[in-house]
Amino acid sequence: MKSKLNLDPAQIDEARSCAARIASSMQGFIDKHSTVSTERTVLRLLGVDGVDDVDTPLPNVVVDQLNNAGVLSKGTAFWMGNAMIQTGLAPQEIAEKMSAGELDITKLLIADKKEIEDRIMPVVAESLKVIRTQTEAREKYLATIGEGKRPYLYVIVATGNIYEDVVQAQAAARQGADIIAVIRTTAQSLLDYVPFGATTEGFGGTYATQENFRIMRKALDEVGEEVGRYIRLCNYSSGLCMPEIAAMGAMERLDVMLNDALYGILFRDINMQRTLIDQFFSRVIIGYCGIIFNSGEDNYLTTADAFEEAHTVLASQFLNEQFAVLANIKEECMGLGHAFEMDPDMENGFLYELAQAIMAREIFPNAALKYMPPTKFMTGNIFKGAIQDAMFNMVSVWSGQSLQLLGMLTEAIHTPHMHDRYLALENASYIFNNARMLGEETEFKKDGLIQKRAQAVLRDANALLHDIEKEGLFSTIEKGKFGGVKRPRDGGKGLAGVFMKDQDYFNPFIPMMMGGAK
Amino acid sequence: MLAGSQNTKVANTATAQVDLTKVKPYGDTMNDGMTELAFTLPVPYGEEASEAAKLLVKKMGLDDPAVVYSKDMGGGFTFFIVYGKCQHTVDFTQIKVTKVETDVMDREECGRYIEENIGRPVVIVGASTGSDAHTVGIDAIMNMKGFHGHYGLERYKGIEAINMGSQVPNEVLIAKAIEVNADAILVSQTVTQKDIHIANLTNMVELLEAEGLRDKVILVCGGPRISHELAQELGYDAGFGPHSYAEDTASFIITEIVKRDMVNKKPL
Repeated sequence: MKSKLNLDPAQIDEARSCAARIASSMQGFIDKHSTVSTERTVLRLLGVDGVDDVDTPLPNVVVDQLNNAGVLSKGTAFWMGNAMIQTGLAPQEIAEKMSAGELDITKLLIADKKEIEDRIMPVVAESLKVIRTQTEAREKYLATIGEGKRPYLYVIVATGNIYEDVVQAQAAARQGADIIAVIRTTAQSLLDYVPFGATTEGFGGTYATQENFRIMRKALDEVGEEVGRYIRLCNYSSGLCMPEIAAMGAMERLDVMLNDALYGILFRDINMQRTLIDQFFSRVIIGYCGIIFNSGEDNYLTTADAFEEAHTVLASQFLNEQFAVLANIKEECMGLGHAFEMDPDMENGFLYELAQAIMAREIFPNAALKYMPPTKFMTGNIFKGAIQDAMFNMVSVWSGQSLQLLGMLTEAIHTPHMHDRYLALENASYIFNNARMLGEETEFKKDGLIQKRAQAVLRDANALLHDIEKEGLFSTIEKGKFGGVKRPRDGGKGLAGVFMKDQDYFNPFIPMMMGGAK
Repeated sequence: MLAGSQNTKVANTATAQVDLTKVKPYGDTMNDGMTELAFTLPVPYGEEASEAAKLLVKKMGLDDPAVVYSKDMGGGFTFFIVYGKCQHTVDFTQIKVTKVETDVMDREECGRYIEENIGRPVVIVGASTGSDAHTVGIDAIMNMKGFHGHYGLERYKGIEAINMGSQVPNEVLIAKAIEVNADAILVSQTVTQKDIHIANLTNMVELLEAEGLRDKVILVCGGPRISHELAQELGYDAGFGPHSYAEDTASFIITEIVKRDMVNKKPL
């Protein structure tokens, strides 16, 4: 495809290989380590679920006991597999006995490592089958009832009560939405456990729990069949429980998940070592079951200037792409993020936004680009807000974005009311339909404002990636080069949950999932 | 009609002059009361739904309700846009609003004021506290860049601004204030669902009082749902709502330091 922006393909290749080298050097660090959340994920995938009498999830109970005994470095698969051999019980039964104080799995005889692996593999296979069945269900829905046109219309619900969320989500689907995201309750990203069961209380959102996922999945399947369009479900595989929530999403057939270590580091002050290790396993899971991940580059522009810092978004997209490649995620499941966040008072701002959106599409031609709406300069003037959202929708259809998180005219006032969502869907549907082929019909003036803008952003992103390669990713973040936020390597939340793997350590899911096990 | 006074143009009627003791909405004619509403009713779309919307708007105190648009939202919900003429009035001459009573100085004036009247760095710590993950408010006030062309406190001469970011526990913010011997603490609250901000802001005041620090610092809160009146009710020195910038906060703090004789204050 000829570049409408006259971008230099050699420069794109150079930036991409530089990002690949950065990601791969980081992978060396990741492969030597694991985390408490990674280990809890292994347990969840082995079928451990439920809570004890003080609502501590059993995966936490097991990992905490192993950690306190100082033996977690061998991994939960090792200890669980051994306990299965020595007790003849299933993982869930073992966890329940540990929780009741009836069993200490660190005090059992220890079998040969090979024998342990052999004992656990059938459970692993069973777990992968559950996930595979869900993935096939999605494929079947897409083949039978089909899906909406791209850009998918993506809206959020955030009532705090999963049953109320269902009402809002089904209404949104009937009004045309293709993707429903259930916003999480504020601060869930900082919980080092995943709450259990259906929940009806939350602040600014609803707890991500496996039961809540199941309730919403069922509701969206129902309404999808009614409207004749598969409705995708989105949640957040981010924060301190990244891989656990990815596993729950895989088991309950989520379709889209926010997943970005850099976002957690910068905007939730999660320790960078912890979250990069967590991100790897979560992306392996996401890649295995065909979930589209969404990265959070758009957020940089809510703290940094959208015009001046556009190259940091592109550099981060290159990195997120390469981290995804290492986790075996297909290009079409890479929901790289960017946003329409320039100051509306800026002269020619629309042209620059357009340049950047088309640039993202040309550089990542097969990615499921996630385009985020204006938020920073939304004022409470809902009438102007509707126009800002319309400008954003115009850029999206023109540049061929994939996932369009719809702007709400009441952004900056409240979480969306039912009709706010309807008005947003109407706005986007109108513009997408009315300007559907605009991208195919237009080219840009050679060396004009639009071409030059895109070229400059690519050039700066390439330079930044080379700086990062020289400096190292950790130090780059320490210096505040992304989003203008500085985070120390040993600071932030969750570092205590990181450990070096012992030579006996194994995580049976990673090789199986990376190999695309059936 | 004012007889004979204006022959060449349509005369102003007596009601064309606003009566500030009886103010009501203005559409295109004085006292027409024209008001627009948009809302959803949990009833199925149809003539009965529109009738229900009209009756409801009438009960809200609007005459001649007109449903100009209604839309089936599915699942037994209908959206309406309704116009009506407001029957009620307010007496504008009796309105009292509690506002921050400070003359706002710009950034350079603030710098000079500090140099001339305080003569030492003014230390301000701020954070978005509790579970609130939004930094947009505190960043707009504190970060170098500021917001909408209004530079943040970090750029002010004579001010040492420490922005601790989001999800900072109140205890941690207070500990930081003690560590740096802060003159003022800024608390930002963006999430207000189920009034979580009230609980959080109240807790901050209680903690400061328990530590015996409340009178030794200037305590300010801000956010899209914060008013000065609410802030004062909760025990803050000032509250800043939407359309407030760094200069509003800075001017208040530095004049307050002088007013409260905190120029030579002891370590916290």
